[in-house]
Amino acid sequence: MPSFVISEKCDGCKGGDKTACMYICPNDLMVLEPNEMKAYNQEPDQCWECFSCVKICPTQAIEVRGYADFVPLGSSIMPMLGTEDVMWTCKFRNGTIRRFKFPIRTTPEGSANAYLDLAGKDLDSELLSTEEADGYEIPKPTTI
Amino acid sequence: MALPNKPLGETKAVKDPEVEEREVDILIVGGGMAACGTAFEIKKWAPDKKILLVDKAAMERSGAVAQGLSAINTYLGENTPEDYVRMVRNDLMGIVREDLIFDLGCHVDDSVFLFEEWGLPLWKMTDEGKKLDGQKGLKMGTLKEGAKPVRTGKWQIMINGESYKRIIAEATKLALGDENILERVFIVELLLDANEENRIAGAVGFSVRENKVYIIKCNTMMVACGGAVNIYQPRSVGEGKGRAWYPVWNAGSTYTMCMKAGAELTMMENRFTPSRYKDGYGPVGAWFLLFKAKTLNGLGELYAASDASKAELEKYAPYGTAAITPTCLRNHLMVFEMKEGRGPIMMDTVTALKEMGEQLSKKEYKALESEAWENFLDMTCGQANLWCGMNIDPSKKNSEVMPTEPYLLGSHSGCCGLWCSGPDFDWVPEEYKIRYKDKVYNRMTTVNGLFTSGDGVGGSGHKFSSGSHAEGRIGAKAMARFARDNADFTPTLSRSNEELVDLLYKPVRLFLEHCDYTTAIDINPNYLKPDGMTYRLMKATHEYGAGTATYYQTSNKSLEIVLGLLNLMREDCEKLAAGDLHELMRCWEIFHRIWTVESHLRHIQFRKETRYPGFYYQSDYPGQDDENWFCFVNSKYDPKAGTWDIFKKDYIQIIPD
Repeated sequence: MPSFVISEKCDGCKGGDKTACMYICPNDLMVLEPNEMKAYNQEPDQCWECFSCVKICPTQAIEVRGYADFVPLGSSIMPMLGTEDVMWTCKFRNGTIRRFKFPIRTTPEGSANAYLDLAGKDLDSELLSTEEADGYEIPKPTTI
Repeated sequence: MALPNKPLGETKAVKDPEVEEREVDILIVGGGMAACGTAFEIKKWAPDKKILLVDKAAMERSGAVAQGLSAINTYLGENTPEDYVRMVRNDLMGIVREDLIFDLGCHVDDSVFLFEEWGLPLWKMTDEGKKLDGQKGLKMGTLKEGAKPVRTGKWQIMINGESYKRIIAEATKLALGDENILERVFIVELLLDANEENRIAGAVGFSVRENKVYIIKCNTMMVACGGAVNIYQPRSVGEGKGRAWYPVWNAGSTYTMCMKAGAELTMMENRFTPSRYKDGYGPVGAWFLLFKAKTLNGLGELYAASDASKAELEKYAPYGTAAITPTCLRNHLMVFEMKEGRGPIMMDTVTALKEMGEQLSKKEYKALESEAWENFLDMTCGQANLWCGMNIDPSKKNSEVMPTEPYLLGSHSGCCGLWCSGPDFDWVPEEYKIRYKDKVYNRMTTVNGLFTSGDGVGGSGHKFSSGSHAEGRIGAKAMARFARDNADFTPTLSRSNEELVDLLYKPVRLFLEHCDYTTAIDINPNYLKPDGMTYRLMKATHEYGAGTATYYQTSNKSLEIVLGLLNLMREDCEKLAAGDLHELMRCWEIFHRIWTVESHLRHIQFRKETRYPGFYYQSDYPGQDDENWFCFVNSKYDPKAGTWDIFKKDYIQIIPD
């Protein structure tokens, strides 16, 4: 199910410091054509349909068309990624539309606790840093 | 119309790339769950060391969790690490590294606690037995405080995991610092020390964004770049071949790079051929476990419960007769039905939803339906679109299930990988410890200073996302210790910068030298583009190496033929050509895939039994032969001599039955 870029909507991320889809694609598929200043999927048959490019595109210029070899035409699924949840619009070939909303994260973006002040004490134990801080005791096999 | 004689991509490659040299204490290669675990943990133990992480993609969406997940498959909670070992051992037909599995079971929950703290929504169960999603469940408190997760099985917990990897990546980047992370750099070869035998000293790779080669020296290294995908012809051969079950960009780099440095491999004969919804490869676990669905054969029979199936499973006792049937044997029963002409296999979603509906209120049923869709949308969006395109309402129409093409991995329901040290506890057998200068380093490979985790560690499957993260952290601490204990080491490379650039940019130079000879860029007698080589590899493994073409069967003669073909492929890899940086990446990926597949098939050839029916069949040696083969199969490539050694290694039971 390869991603495709809608010519009219893609502005090559002119306003940004990098092309969002090119930045994010895990398989290095999205590239920017520098003359037209528009992105395209350079290897559609290696697209994992992960929707990373669809979700990150600032102009909603990227969508996905089902794999030609087994998905009948006419359907679409589109995510809208917010800061707390994702809203999916799923359109069936027969016109039925279903919408689903799921939480994606329970904390504000950028707030993950990286434990920057946590310094491990005993490097020769097998305890992980947060386990050591919590006073965790590593179990031993009780049955031997 | 212009002649088609230009590279497709926009990142043109030049003959002479820039070279950037780096020297660090600790190098982390990879950016998935395991590498993120390492990067989070490392600074807590090595605050004064120079650390660098190199990711082929962008960490926010790299690795197997890029798309998201709908469950965490390893959370022990109320279970014991002993029972975790028993579960993994039974699923993998008896031969596993119980020290590694037990060790992982002791630490995995701590990573799950971190994920929840960072903001990953985990479903919760109320005291009345009602399920709450990760947002509503916040009021129940955290798992660490004792809140109850929603279990779909003994080990799995449900999550709202669309942004799983983004959350992990955020914490990783904060912990390690952006300045210590290189993205879009593909490490392709590890470098041994020039002065000391069998000692890691660095790695070399290139940027896929600019013409630049990185030559990185280090004291110790973590290699965690996932498993191997696109090594067998997939069932979909058009656009749909991108819809691999495991991430399509996993190229076996972990196994090949470590193997080529001389690290010992274990259980490379093991593979995983998951049974998933046909074509879309959507997950079936929640349908079996959460919605209590069953599979039917083409006649509408519950074949898995038939007397014939029970008799078949008894042949593989005690594994086949255990409460939970091992994954390979579930496939075995399915393949048996298909071969007997009783396919296709259908997931009976209609009956499952009807029965669930009878027990639930209208509102609860609606929530259940939404859960079924989220299960796909969180981790396999394409399956949802396939259902939309086919107008499938699962309460009205059943969907087909099919075993996929083979994958190689060590973190899911498979256990191939590197032979690694266990932890330095009294209860761990000496044979499972790897020492360097008399000290044991957990998760170190047999190459001194070289560590791995996640898909890289062999003999210990069923780690999944959380376990891979925890294992990366375990390895991080051992690496910090290694760096402290060997602080006086100065890495020295045996190859010059020019030699390394020649090696990495060979496909670019070959292309530039010959590309004007013909009028079509991809057809040229002087070189081969990587996609051509990919098709050649897939065809050979498909036909001879126990691919789907033969219902996963191979034989002595087939193995002899395919190993001969692989030898020719390795020779022809000298003629791989890249017109741009994207193709250069593809050249090195196919090179990694070919080496990984070769080790897989050499191991299958060596093990003269069929240990994992349903995953593969050695037709000359059907059935299990415990008397001769209840052992690991390990192998080692000698980088100096260019020869392979393959041998048995004793299995040692630690946890009683």
